[in-house]
Amino acid sequence: MLGFILKRLLLIIPMALIAVSVTWALIRVAPGTFYSSEKKIPAAVEAKLREKYGLDDPWYKQYGIMLSNIARGDFGISLKYEGQPVNEIIARHLPYSAVIGLLAYLLALAIGLVAGTIAALRQNSAFDYASMAAAMLGLSVPNFVLGPLLVLVFSFWLYLLPPARWGGFTSLILPVVTLAAIYAAYIARLTRAGLLEVMRSDYIRTARAKGLSERSVILRHALRGGLLPVVSFTGPALAALLAGTVVVEKVFAIPGLGNIFIQSVLNRDEPLVLGIVAFISVLVMIFNLIVDIAYGFIDPRIRYE
Amino acid sequence: MKDDSTSPVKGTSLWRDAMRRLLRNRLAVFGLIVLVFISVSVIVGPAVIEATTGYTYDYIPADNELVKAMAPSLKHPMGTDEAGRDILARVLQGGRISLLVGIISTLVSLIVGVSYGAIAGFLGGRIDNLMMRIVDILYAIPYILIVVVLLAVFGGTNSPEWIKWLTKLIGAEGNQGISQILLLFFALGLVSWLTMARVVRGQILSLKNEEFVLAARASGVSNVGIIFRHLIPNALGPVIVYATLTVPSVMLAEAFLSFLGLGVQAPYASWGSLASAGIKNIAIFPWQLIFPGLTMALTLFSLNFLGDGLRDALDPQTRKF
Repeated sequence: MLGFILKRLLLIIPMALIAVSVTWALIRVAPGTFYSSEKKIPAAVEAKLREKYGLDDPWYKQYGIMLSNIARGDFGISLKYEGQPVNEIIARHLPYSAVIGLLAYLLALAIGLVAGTIAALRQNSAFDYASMAAAMLGLSVPNFVLGPLLVLVFSFWLYLLPPARWGGFTSLILPVVTLAAIYAAYIARLTRAGLLEVMRSDYIRTARAKGLSERSVILRHALRGGLLPVVSFTGPALAALLAGTVVVEKVFAIPGLGNIFIQSVLNRDEPLVLGIVAFISVLVMIFNLIVDIAYGFIDPRIRYE
Repeated sequence: MKDDSTSPVKGTSLWRDAMRRLLRNRLAVFGLIVLVFISVSVIVGPAVIEATTGYTYDYIPADNELVKAMAPSLKHPMGTDEAGRDILARVLQGGRISLLVGIISTLVSLIVGVSYGAIAGFLGGRIDNLMMRIVDILYAIPYILIVVVLLAVFGGTNSPEWIKWLTKLIGAEGNQGISQILLLFFALGLVSWLTMARVVRGQILSLKNEEFVLAARASGVSNVGIIFRHLIPNALGPVIVYATLTVPSVMLAEAFLSFLGLGVQAPYASWGSLASAGIKNIAIFPWQLIFPGLTMALTLFSLNFLGDGLRDALDPQTRKF
């Protein structure tokens, strides 16, 4: 187990560097300089930048320097936000995305697990059909449509919640609900399907046969096996959550990491783009690893060598 | 059902069996009907509207009084945008692009993913290991970030030479809007083949030791022949199911990118770019968001239902539910 974790942890760095390399290559192969010519950068800064990034060196040398800087965790200085280290920019904007993402995930988990479990236990009941239809709707309404619709109803028609920006708990409700909808839908479907399959398995029959109460059959035995698909969904969900937050941050004018990423890409702010790609890649891979470890704990049949 | 006992026993193929199961699934049939309706609408709709009212997706009224956002009415069932353009015409035109993006990117993912997965699964051993490790690595990378970068740096006037060549090939030389759409096809197709490759590899692994493969080999069929004539056709069920579910996810990705201003650009429209434009005016002209948004949601809803129905019909594993 420890060897498995160590091996995976060691793999994260080269894999994040691959993501950074692809991004770097895309930016460099595209026409135009990476610090855009239509924006004036003071000559002194330009000279310093050219020196720092070795712009007059052959490409492989530049690539090597960029890679070694990022591998050491030094993401450099932003080109657009002069003088601000990329690490600081990320640290400043991350909390917004993290709060929204985490709350949305918890909400989605709560709704999805409860709805999915009830739907599975009362298969073919009205609740089952209604919640699965709602889940299908959640999968099909894009979040940039759902968000503005919620704003329209709850802010402009009912005057209940603030339409945008960051400030206080009420301003979090709409973005979090918007972001959570699709994951709640996924989790509900996965929970239902997982439970339905497990409820037909032999070990559940055994649990019933030895006289356990229905409650403990479900809570202690069925859920444990039935939730495996949900657990493995958490890894990809984090990656998808990132894309989701970009939209939600844009719709609700929240200064999170997603917004900054889009801005930095449009500005061709290379150090900032690469820094965010590296940071998010590492984050996603660590999360995937945690999911894989959790998998082993929940399902003792899985062994890692 | 009843006359089965009296009529002579008829053989039934897997496909006919699946079709029967699919048609019994009301939600899937509903999805299928809606999809046919939407496809026909976006194909013939723009021409019909132009013939009856003269509105096209980029028609701006000559009368300045009409160049404004108008609420839905009989004349404009979905209202107009600030330039006085008919939103119904734009939604239909946008549907062409949205559906095309979904279909073409799914085709790219089919071609690449099926070939890749089949070759890896068939060859096995070290090559399979290497090929699947590559897929694992690509899987772990948050590709959406890279697609955003790809579209941002190669978008607009920066389209790569081969995209310009491709644009010329389809007879739209120098048309930046078309180049951007082609780039979008490429970018989305590029990232959507990974799961397909895994699905197909798994199928091939379980099929390649079957006797019909041995028989084919004994009668001298080449490896390529075995893969493409014998193995892939037998793995088609899951492939079709997965492809049906890829279409909505690609369409969502397209809408997401167009929403960020990186995908389809004016004068062309997709459901994503229309919704994006509508959001700016949500408080005063809500119909500009609601109609494109709901049309897209209805399409994705139907595709998801159809995909679910196909899975239940074609995949014996889930048949019991």
